Amino acid sequence: MESNQPKKGGFFASLAEQPSTDEFIKGLWRDNPVFVQVLGMCPVLAVTNTAENAIAMGLATAFVLLMSNILVSSLRSFIPKQVRIASYILIIATFVTMTDYAIQAISVELHKSLGAFISLIVVNCLILSRAEAFASKNGIGKSILDALGMGVGFTFALFCLGAVREILGNGSLFGWALFPDSFQEWIVMILPAGGFFTLAIWLLLFNYFKAQKSAA
Amino acid sequence: MSQSTSIAPPAAPANSMKMLQAMVGIGILCALLIVLTFEGTKPAIKKNKAAALEQAIFKVLPGITEKTSFQVNEQGEFMELNGEANGPVIHAGYDDSGALVGMAIEASGIGFADILRILYGYDPKAEKVVGFYVLESKETPGLGDKIEKDEVFLANFKALDVALTSDGKQLKNEIVPVKSGAKTQAWEVDGITGATISSRAIGNILKESTAEWVPRLHGEQAVFHKND
Repeated sequence: MESNQPKKGGFFASLAEQPSTDEFIKGLWRDNPVFVQVLGMCPVLAVTNTAENAIAMGLATAFVLLMSNILVSSLRSFIPKQVRIASYILIIATFVTMTDYAIQAISVELHKSLGAFISLIVVNCLILSRAEAFASKNGIGKSILDALGMGVGFTFALFCLGAVREILGNGSLFGWALFPDSFQEWIVMILPAGGFFTLAIWLLLFNYFKAQKSAA
Repeated sequence: MSQSTSIAPPAAPANSMKMLQAMVGIGILCALLIVLTFEGTKPAIKKNKAAALEQAIFKVLPGITEKTSFQVNEQGEFMELNGEANGPVIHAGYDDSGALVGMAIEASGIGFADILRILYGYDPKAEKVVGFYVLESKETPGLGDKIEKDEVFLANFKALDVALTSDGKQLKNEIVPVKSGAKTQAWEVDGITGATISSRAIGNILKESTAEWVPRLHGEQAVFHKND
C-alpha cells in the first residue's frame, strides 16, 4: 500500500484525490516521527518523565502541527521560496503562543505542569519539517490528514516513553501507584539519562520488528 | 524532500516586493491571531488565576471560611483592598465566628528554572507557618516540581516555627533549609533528594519573607481583627 501518486495537481486536484487514508496512516507507523524519522528529540527526551506530561505535550504539539499545516498549505502559492522558512517559523510561533494562552485559559494546573516546554514547541523540527516537506507542496485536505497522522503518531510515541519512564522511575502510571511500597524506584529513569535509555530501547524494538517484517 | 532547496536564481527587484508582501502579510495575520486569542482568553485566564489564588488561600489557612485582602498603603499601614492591588497583598482568613485564624502571604524568589511564586499561611497565635502552596513554578516536571507534591516535604509547612524574640522585632530562629532527613529543629525545612535546588529555594524564599513580614504582622495583628 505504498503511496504512488507522483503526479502534481493544483489545489482542487489535491482535494479531489481520494481521501487517501495513507497520508494519515503513515505518520502512525511507517513514518512515525519519533521511532522512524527520529525528529523532535528535545520534547521527546525532556517532557516524557510521566505519562500525563507526555500526552499533554503530544496533544499540544499535534494541535500546533495541524494548524500550521493548514495555514502553510493554504498560503503555499503566496509565500516566495526565499522567505518560506521565516514565514513558517512565524506561523508556527503564532500557534504556539495561542496554544499557550488557551492552556492557561483551560487550566492553570495544566499550564503549571507543562511549564517552560510549551514555548519550545516552536523549535520542534517535526513541525517545521512537515511544513517544508509536505504542507508547502500539498493541498489542504492532504495536509490535514498528514498533520493528524503525524500528531497522533508523535503523541503515541511520547506516551510509550512516558509510560515506561513513569512506571520504572516512579512506580506509577498516570499518578496511580502500581507497586507495593517496597518497590525501589529507578530514579535514573526520571532523570534525562533515562530518556535516552528508554528511547534507545524503543528504537531497538521498532527496528527489530521492521527487520522481521521485511525478512518475512 | 523532493525539491532541492538551493537558492533561487537571482530574479531581482520584482521578487523582493513579493517577499516583502508575503512577510508583512503573514506578520499582520499572525499578530491579529495572537491579539484575538489574547483578548479572547484574558477574562478566563484572569478568572482562573483569581480562583487558583482564592483556593490557595483556603488551603494554606486550614479552618477558615472567609477572607479579606489587605494592602500596604503609602503611609505603611494595612488597608482593606478594594479593586486592583499594587504592591504586596496580605490575605487575612477568619473562621465561622469571625475570629482571625491567620494571614496568607505571597512571596517569590529564584528557583531552578524561573521565578517561583508561593503562598504561605501564618498563624499569629501559634507563631507558626501552618500552610504552603506553590502558585507559579516552571521547575522541571518530575524533579523540581516535587516541591508541590512531595508529602514529606509539604509536611515541613504544617507547623514551621517562626516564633519572635521577646521584643517582637525579629525571629528567634530564622528558617533554615537543610538536607533531606536532617531536620531536627522546628524551624528547619527538610529538602528533597533529586530536587535539592528547588526545595532549598523554597526554604530561602520563606526565610526572607518571614523575616520581613512575620514581625510586622504579629505586631500589627490588631488591624486584621474583624470586630475592633
